Amino acid sequence: MTRKTKSVEDVTIRFAGDSGDGMQFTGTQFTNTTAIFGNDLSTLPDYPAEIRAPQGTTFGVSGFQIHFGSTEINTPGDTFDVLVAMNAAALKVNLRSLIKGGSIIVNTDGFNEKNLKLAGYSENPLHNHTLADYSVYEVDITKLTSLALQDLNLAPKIVDRSKNLFALGMMFWIYHRPLEPTIKWLNEKFSKKPDVLEANLRVLKAGWNFSETTEIFSVRYNIAPAKLYPGKYRNITGNQATAWGLLAAAQKARLTLFLGSYPITPASDILHELAKHKNFGVKTFQAEDEIAGVTSAIGAAFAGSLGVTTTSGPGLALKTEALGLAVMVELPLVVVDVQRSGPSTGLPTKTEQADLMQALYGRNGEAPLPVIAASTPSDCFNAVFESARIAIKYMTPVICLTDGYLANGSEPWLIPNYDQLPNIAPSFPTEPDGFFPYARNETTLARPWAIPGTPGLEHRIGGLEKQNITGNVNYEPENHEVMVKLRAEKIARVANDIPMAEVDGDAHGDVLVVGWGSTYGAIRTAVQRHRAKGHSVAHLHLTYLHPLQKNIGELLSNYKKILIPEINNGQLIHILRSQYLLPAIGLNKIQGLPFRAEEIEIKIDELLKGNTP
Amino acid sequence: MTTLVDTIIEQAQTANPSNHSSKDFQSDQDVRWCPGCGDYSILAQAQRIMPDLGIPRHNIVFVSGIGCSSRFPYYMETYGFHSIHGRATAVASGVKLARPDLSVWVVTGDGDGMSIGGNHLIHLLRRNIDVNILLFNNQIYGLTKGQYSPTSEKGKVTKSTPYGSLDYPFNPVALALGAGATFVARTIDRDPKHLQQMLKRAGHHVGTSFVEVYQNCNVFNDGTFSHLTEKGTKDDYVVFLEHGKPLIFGKANDKGIRLSGFTPEVVSLTDGKYSANDLIIHNEHDTTLSFILANMTYNEFLPRPLGIFLDIARPSYDFEMQKQIEYAKRKRGEGDMSALLNSGETWIIQ
Repeated sequence: MTRKTKSVEDVTIRFAGDSGDGMQFTGTQFTNTTAIFGNDLSTLPDYPAEIRAPQGTTFGVSGFQIHFGSTEINTPGDTFDVLVAMNAAALKVNLRSLIKGGSIIVNTDGFNEKNLKLAGYSENPLHNHTLADYSVYEVDITKLTSLALQDLNLAPKIVDRSKNLFALGMMFWIYHRPLEPTIKWLNEKFSKKPDVLEANLRVLKAGWNFSETTEIFSVRYNIAPAKLYPGKYRNITGNQATAWGLLAAAQKARLTLFLGSYPITPASDILHELAKHKNFGVKTFQAEDEIAGVTSAIGAAFAGSLGVTTTSGPGLALKTEALGLAVMVELPLVVVDVQRSGPSTGLPTKTEQADLMQALYGRNGEAPLPVIAASTPSDCFNAVFESARIAIKYMTPVICLTDGYLANGSEPWLIPNYDQLPNIAPSFPTEPDGFFPYARNETTLARPWAIPGTPGLEHRIGGLEKQNITGNVNYEPENHEVMVKLRAEKIARVANDIPMAEVDGDAHGDVLVVGWGSTYGAIRTAVQRHRAKGHSVAHLHLTYLHPLQKNIGELLSNYKKILIPEINNGQLIHILRSQYLLPAIGLNKIQGLPFRAEEIEIKIDELLKGNTP
Repeated sequence: MTTLVDTIIEQAQTANPSNHSSKDFQSDQDVRWCPGCGDYSILAQAQRIMPDLGIPRHNIVFVSGIGCSSRFPYYMETYGFHSIHGRATAVASGVKLARPDLSVWVVTGDGDGMSIGGNHLIHLLRRNIDVNILLFNNQIYGLTKGQYSPTSEKGKVTKSTPYGSLDYPFNPVALALGAGATFVARTIDRDPKHLQQMLKRAGHHVGTSFVEVYQNCNVFNDGTFSHLTEKGTKDDYVVFLEHGKPLIFGKANDKGIRLSGFTPEVVSLTDGKYSANDLIIHNEHDTTLSFILANMTYNEFLPRPLGIFLDIARPSYDFEMQKQIEYAKRKRGEGDMSALLNSGETWIIQ
């Protein structure tokens, strides 16, 4: 039989299975291969909070979604074209987001009576009309996997854990992806476990060969490489970009990077990544708690390191008092908050943008500090580098906001030229004559960073109010007001030191969509769709949440309606409304999930039609 | 990469060698503790022994938390950091890990160190970062004007416990030993010589040193330790621990401590039944013995041990961290950011 090859612009695939089925691994391998192949892409890992939730249940389903194509890809896809379901629960959970007419590849072994019952199916959906609207490909992946390995005498556990590679091999065949990158990766990973390596390689190839020789799949797909900006690319996740941005910042500042951190989902991978790079002189300190994470970083900053602490919302709450201390002692500090759904423990593995108010205001007393947000996985590199630059130059803690969606999501990244990154090195004073710990730079209002070990500059700092200039403890009423205003003015002056905001789209128009953080891709896609239809819609995405760029007020005044989509109950909207007295309209989603571009597109439609005030 | 800090350290080495006197360690700030506070003596002894450590004052950092004792750094002409309640040990950990070349001291109290900061304290001790901790124990909250503390005796009547406190007190020495400390000592504000000795030994110890200093709060808890300091009683209530020597005490050196099984007991050295040979011979390097001696603390039938309970060698965390970095550099070469960015799977778009 001759098989057709169809060319398509973009495809979204959802790999879904039990949390022990290795779906994150399968998705990551497919992603890396696709990136190397040259497609643009965006991914969304989606896994349960429990490491091994009860097998076969719907709440134990782990998913990995990849959207890739030959055009610009900004989101992991609102819906998907293909669902790979390793069991009945995976089908049950994901079916509603599969497009009508989409494809389902199922492992039939995952649809036995027990699995059906656990998934809540009273009868087998493969045998009734449940899936009538879809193309269903039934493969007994479990059986084919064990057949491929039957002469190897392996432990049943190893056999069972290899079956995801069979699915991966099939998907590689269908989408014309090479096996080599995965083979290379497996060889490196399992060089010391030859039996596991052999099993994995065999099953991967078996999946490919099965697709090639049987006639189950009648169509293969071509997705041409994307026309990305020329240059050298790599794939990167948000947490990796954050870690590398911190490494680069320390190098460009000629400081030792000190990370004080306590493990917390979804931020821990930053600690893991930095711990690998001790050859950069990085000092990673897994502290006893969140408070020790930040206070050890403050101590390291006092001693002349680039002090950093990484956390998520509940951890940021614990660091609150120490951040006030960092504001008071005016030491540089970078705080990365990988936001997750709250409050309290919330949905620890799900994303949210609900820590904005906490970042801006969550301290006792008047304690302003700069807040910066990353908008895509690779942008985490820039956001954290910029945070370090501002922290050092203005002698202040800076909070850099990312979130679970950015942290675990990935995209191709045009590798920056390291030599062209700016020099952000501080200048440590050494001259005792005329030295005062709280004298200020005329332009930035930053105080000097005099480090222990410098003869003649011995001085004391602390959380008690400081006398202006001398830094001695001081309780005078007027002095306190002067100092509160000085600290606020110093942060306000950061606005002199950042680029003006730019709008994507017409400079004047009907609707301006204003976003911040990880909503970037969804907003961009929605706005592009409207602009393609000739609508007067533009996009403004804020990197600097405090202080705001100087031209924001002016930009906002150029549009009839302002729409602010956020993955929270409305936070940025409060800031912009109160600062600029605007009748902005919110679009809020609080489901632990990113926006689908379509949701924003529909809301813009409503505003254009005048259905909403 | 040569960091900017490396440059500062290098420059400082070419500066004139320091020959500070104890006066050079007094800052220009007025000392503001209550008149008669035991802290004055501790400050004076610390300033006195600093020159003997042979460390230039620009390489010394005092870190504190919150409480009366935590004002200490303001009065020392060294680098100082008055941080937030309970966190001095964590701040100091960061200072020392960032800069193993500095001599780092923590000044804390029974509230700051044992209550709000208890977690950081035990973790610093187990890690054995080369930091010296001075815990001023006055068994009361002074700064907040007289509530009971985690070292107050059970039944303590204070403003917050008018019917008496219900909780059993911490024994700081036992807590430190239990946390895996490598140097644990106890001394008292009213014995300047002993205090100086203990501070010096702590300063020389590599790894975390923990010194509990009994300190009189003459406003809110006056006289708590008077039986250990007053002429008429102290000889009978205190036993000094001296390495290699038997535990002898009493006005006429007429009593000793022997072990009955694992239990220490007081014996007379004058009734002919026991001699010095039967007594515990103190050994600072014996971990098991240190626990036995620590447990004498709240035993009303035994004298209170002062001195060094334990002094053992174990590599410090800061040293091992540095070693690990050097190992990584040898194994993988000095970090190269450009190479890292371009590592792994990459592809070119024309």
